[in-house]
Amino acid sequence: MRKSPHPATSPTRRTVLKSTAAAAAGATLVPNPVSAASSVSAAAPTTAGDASEAVEITLSVNGHKHALTVEPRVTLLDALRERLALTGTKKGCDRGECGACTVLVDGERIKSCLTLAVMREGSAITTVEGLADGDRLHPVQEAFIRRDAFQCGGCTPGQIMSAVACIREGHTGSEEEIRQWMSGNICRCACYQNIVAAVADAAREGRG
Amino acid sequence: MRSFSYASARDSADAARMAGRTPGAAFIAGGTDLLNLMKDGVQHHPHLIDVNKLDLSRVTESASGLHIGGLARMRQVAEHHAVRARFPVLAEALLASASPQVRNMATIGGNLLQRTRCGYFRDTGSACNKRVPGSGCPALQGWNRGHAVLGTSDSCIATHPSDLAVALTALDATVHVLGPAGARRIPVGEFYRLPGDTPQIETSLRPAELITAVEVPRYPAASRSRYLKVRDRATFEFAVVSVAAALHLRGHFVRDIRLAFGGIATKPWRSAEAEAELRGKNLTVQRVEQAGRVLVRAAVPRQDNAFKVELVQRALVELVLDLGGLR
Repeated sequence: MRKSPHPATSPTRRTVLKSTAAAAAGATLVPNPVSAASSVSAAAPTTAGDASEAVEITLSVNGHKHALTVEPRVTLLDALRERLALTGTKKGCDRGECGACTVLVDGERIKSCLTLAVMREGSAITTVEGLADGDRLHPVQEAFIRRDAFQCGGCTPGQIMSAVACIREGHTGSEEEIRQWMSGNICRCACYQNIVAAVADAAREGRG
Repeated sequence: MRSFSYASARDSADAARMAGRTPGAAFIAGGTDLLNLMKDGVQHHPHLIDVNKLDLSRVTESASGLHIGGLARMRQVAEHHAVRARFPVLAEALLASASPQVRNMATIGGNLLQRTRCGYFRDTGSACNKRVPGSGCPALQGWNRGHAVLGTSDSCIATHPSDLAVALTALDATVHVLGPAGARRIPVGEFYRLPGDTPQIETSLRPAELITAVEVPRYPAASRSRYLKVRDRATFEFAVVSVAAALHLRGHFVRDIRLAFGGIATKPWRSAEAEAELRGKNLTVQRVEQAGRVLVRAAVPRQDNAFKVELVQRALVELVLDLGGLR
């Protein structure tokens, strides 16, 4: 497992939430003893299997390769959060509507709840954990802080990943264009004004 | 999501073979609709065949028209220079659809096969003739603001949600498919079926057939074409009503016009009668208004969706007059 850039030395809100999520994951990913047994089977086939059989895959996330065994039904989002402990990517609606799970795959923004982990072998995946350069935040992250572009933070990783792609795509010519091209990311705190300002800032700096 | 097995196909023939020998299997490409349907329990497939490795994602233009691979992504097609320049209604319909993230994922073939957004269909706690044949249609007397006023039956009034399919219907596209029995071509007008007594059967695709491409013929009206989508939000929302129009004018004389409509019917709706009001005549406000009246002549409005009958006529007038330079 890769190292966290900010190792926690004492119980924090994040580590408490992580352990809660792991417990919940056990409940949701292992619905019955049969699949639990097969999901740890070392003899799992690599390309196909019966309904209860897991698959061995390698995911390339933030420049690191991770070997893991997943049932085909595991989404990329669940694999990132619950198997690789990369909980920066958020699970909001789990239906592709809110954008909280946005990650980059081969440089393009996608919704990680709408794709299966097994479909993303061989792709380069970037999550919000992979944006910063050591302790130096990505310019879009800095712009979000400077512009106070969040309240609860639930949508923020998805907003930031989407903004990075939006700037690269060149859809930041006006406030209206930013709103249009950031519309796949919903903010329940309605920080849109400041999100748009942060995206415009980062775009102007030309360092999306 | 219920569990399923998974395999990745190497090429089209491999995919067709795999599907042919696995009853109940589904192809997965973008997955943006299929996975939601499976998460919600609306559909279950014991086996998924991943077709993303198939070499079907190219967009090419030739003298006869546009050839769009079934696995081309929505964004890729919307950004293609030939699509933007000579088939603008396709680019506009695609960019009016979904969100940037989904457009990076979703394929053209999958877009055509997306299921209706009818809330009763998507809720396994409700009856639905499309999901469980014979169980009834709560939308007939229930919440039907988003539902169809044309092409309906006593079994189903759900609309088809694809914007792209409306644009392709206006442009007389052809859907190329490959199945265990070989390849065939289906005009888009015959691809979608009216619900009748069998709303669970939505297309003329046969079991295990895969959409390999969509072909759009070149004709003069295609380059003067537009898509108008009226919806509850400015972006990332399905159509309340939509109009795709392609117009070939000489002066004010209408040499050719193609009109298709979304949001108002159980399938992408072409109206030859409305077109006939305009083709071969001078374009005037009165004639476009008359075309709108002809379009909705057979409409069956219900308690929540009666406004669509008026709204679609206004959208038609707005779009055609704008396209024809009369406003």
